[in-house]
Amino acid sequence: MWSLSKITDTIQNWLNQTFNPTWALIFEMLIVGVCVISLFAILGLILVLMERKVSAWMQIRLGPNRVGPKGMFQSLADTVKLLVKEGLTPGGADKLLFNLAPFVAMIVAMLLMAPIAFAKDFQMWDLNIGVLYVSAISSVSVIGILMAGWASNNKYSLLGAMRSGAQIVSYELSAGLSALAIVVLTGSLSVSDIIYSQADGWWIFKGHIPAIIAFVTFIIAVTAETNRAPFDLAEAESELTAGFHTEYSGMKFALFFLAEYVNVFIVCAIGATLFLGGWMPFHIGNWQGFNHVMDFIPSSIWFFGKTFFLIFVIMWFRWTFPRLRIDQLLNLEWKYLLPISMINLLLITAMAILKWHF
Amino acid sequence: MYRQTEIIKDSSEVSPGGGDLEEGGGAEFVINVGPQHPATHGVLHLVITLNGETIKKVEPHLGFIHRSIEKMCESLTYRQFIYVTSRMDYLSSHINNHGCALCVEKGLQVEIPPRAQVIRVIMDELTRIASHELWWGAMAMDLGAFTPFFHAFRERETINDIMEETCGARLTMNYMVPGGVMADIHPNFQKRVKDFIILFKSKVDEYDELVTGNVIFRNRMKGVGFLSKEDAISYGCTGPTARGSTASCDIRKLYPYEVYDKVEFEEILETGCDSFARYMVRIRELRQSIKIIEQLIDNIPEGDFQAKTKAVLKLPKGEFYSRVETARGEFGVYIVSEGGATPYRIRFRSPGFSNLSALDHMIRGGKIGDLIAAMGTLDLVIPDIDR
Amino acid sequence: MTTEELKIKITELLPSAAFEEGGEWLTVNIGSADWLSFAKQLRNEGSLFFDYLFCLTCIDWKTHLTMVYHLTSTLYRHNIVIKAKLNRDKPEIETVSNIWKTAEFHERESYEMFGVNFLNHPDLRLLILPDGWEGKNPMRKDFEDPVNMIKL
Repeated sequence: MWSLSKITDTIQNWLNQTFNPTWALIFEMLIVGVCVISLFAILGLILVLMERKVSAWMQIRLGPNRVGPKGMFQSLADTVKLLVKEGLTPGGADKLLFNLAPFVAMIVAMLLMAPIAFAKDFQMWDLNIGVLYVSAISSVSVIGILMAGWASNNKYSLLGAMRSGAQIVSYELSAGLSALAIVVLTGSLSVSDIIYSQADGWWIFKGHIPAIIAFVTFIIAVTAETNRAPFDLAEAESELTAGFHTEYSGMKFALFFLAEYVNVFIVCAIGATLFLGGWMPFHIGNWQGFNHVMDFIPSSIWFFGKTFFLIFVIMWFRWTFPRLRIDQLLNLEWKYLLPISMINLLLITAMAILKWHF
Repeated sequence: MYRQTEIIKDSSEVSPGGGDLEEGGGAEFVINVGPQHPATHGVLHLVITLNGETIKKVEPHLGFIHRSIEKMCESLTYRQFIYVTSRMDYLSSHINNHGCALCVEKGLQVEIPPRAQVIRVIMDELTRIASHELWWGAMAMDLGAFTPFFHAFRERETINDIMEETCGARLTMNYMVPGGVMADIHPNFQKRVKDFIILFKSKVDEYDELVTGNVIFRNRMKGVGFLSKEDAISYGCTGPTARGSTASCDIRKLYPYEVYDKVEFEEILETGCDSFARYMVRIRELRQSIKIIEQLIDNIPEGDFQAKTKAVLKLPKGEFYSRVETARGEFGVYIVSEGGATPYRIRFRSPGFSNLSALDHMIRGGKIGDLIAAMGTLDLVIPDIDR
Repeated sequence: MTTEELKIKITELLPSAAFEEGGEWLTVNIGSADWLSFAKQLRNEGSLFFDYLFCLTCIDWKTHLTMVYHLTSTLYRHNIVIKAKLNRDKPEIETVSNIWKTAEFHERESYEMFGVNFLNHPDLRLLILPDGWEGKNPMRKDFEDPVNMIKL
């Protein structure tokens, strides 16, 4: 069967035969780097277009439909526009931090790509603490936002950054605890182990109700962590005009924009990996025939299908819900989500010890 | 029906600069909301003093769109000045014109033909629906929900089309003249309004489903922007702003003009005194407006659409005051005449100006998000405030 | 209360009040010095209870200024119009913003447009006009602005 892992194997074999191992490694790293950057750009373009189409669909409009067939090149045209725009730096701003912040946000988003398994055996870095790595790196993204808000020397930006700091740090807890639920069930932090443990069914089905609770908590928490509506207080445009990126323009703004969408993609990919089996096809226990039929669908399609479904859900939130207030936002986390996910973790642990799950 | 169950803060708790606000300490943080800001819907400039996220003071700075319409009207004739008032509260321009026409008619002592009266009331109510629709969409957008805006505009567009067919314009209709209306209704008018009623009745329920029942929305609105009945009256609040605080102030009921005393409708009062109550008043008013139109649309009497008036109108020496209920509240026109063809002094009592003055009182002690929610439910139209 | 009853009541409260005929509502002319105490009586007297000031404005009569207060009672639904004559060169009247809070903004508007000085007003500054317009009083009849005003 056609698979991405075969392609990568072929390339690696060819490189190892042609060059000495050091050069082969360097070339491999270069290829991976180019792939990540292009994936980053392509994802940004696709997700922006998807967001605009989804919002148009919900708002009884048509959305972009002029540039290219069905408006497919709209986001490309927007990118060109942003590239040629002047990147202003306000006079009173801290120039170094101001210009550094978008890159911090983008680099964090890029780093998060490493442990994600895009298809069967198609993973950049299968490190044994994959889930921990993701939680650790994703909390660094707050630094980019705080830098942007502080360096802009703008009151709206500062308020937005402060809100964002409070928000990301608190919701990190629930997201982490929900992810931990699956780690407890699997017994491993490695992304590939987690996916292989779902060969006889996804955790959301195998883990009974606690897994579903963990899934819902996870989705809410990551929506907040990525600053998406209804938790987009950091940029709440009707309150703070544009929050932390008020002063940014041109490509520096585009990098924030891109980083937001790539973050959304990554958290959805993590969600799909933990709860919906990643690239693992839909398998049911020991129904060998059914499982075999499911295997005919390529694993990359499974992965991207699940991820984009979750992305759609998060977009759906954005275009239907009003925004929360800052105190309600923190109440939701500290008074509801955190206790729920803690009790839920206990339940899951008990379940894992007693082998109640499938 | 949604009921208010709890009132979070008492008005006495948010006394100026006192109580728990001071305890936080730290320096004051002053930010300018506006004149260019997404939530002010125009060129309103609010200087807000913050302590962290908590608002200590809101100070409106007005005048960015002040055109001194009152002074302008002093050099315009009684036929001309009516159309300037469309540019004040442009969302209920029809009702503004109506108020001015009523005041001139009061001075001239003309009898308005019954057909014109009914047409005027139907137009007023259509305008009110259109205005409340825009408010609903814009307010939901202030709270971060974008989709309702487009849903609201879908229906508002239908009203604009109806207006366009009969009045020739979509926003500033200029349809009222002293003594009646400018032209007769379009032959399609009745049919289109009836179609609209059928369409709109199902859509109002959709609005409730989309926004009113939403938990986040209700949490954002309940207990926010508390305004007691006494304060509402003292601050001169009118319209849905005051009726959300149980202060009865509907001019259509209290001082009926045209055919409002012949139609059946309720004055909507809510007991919540907060943003959610004001929201509910407007949503329920939509249904009442539809009810009024339903009663009148099949009963437009035959006859003239305009009373016969002289080419040059001259009001007798004296003072005339008329008031109408716009979508935002009580709109008063005060004409002082010296007997000439132009008014000696004219005064517009605009509802937005008084409603805005209560904002500081309502919002002290709240968060920035509360300011946006409370401002949204005041339904401010900036040209109406600045005049 | 009917207009006749109001007349009797107001004569009791303020014997110097002069009534003006012809208006839609009862119109009372008072001296500007009596205004504050009279306003308090209008607001607090149980049978009057004028708690809603729905229009506050000023008229420039070229020889003098007139402050006009339109009051209504939300309890009894009777209306009254109070007028106070002011000296055009030095217009001064007591503020009523502590009795009817809406007066604070309306008085600020009258202050900048007509130059009426409201005594004891908590925050008498320009509200609508931009800085630098203090004392120009654009709504007065003799105001001239050759640049922005077009004579019809």
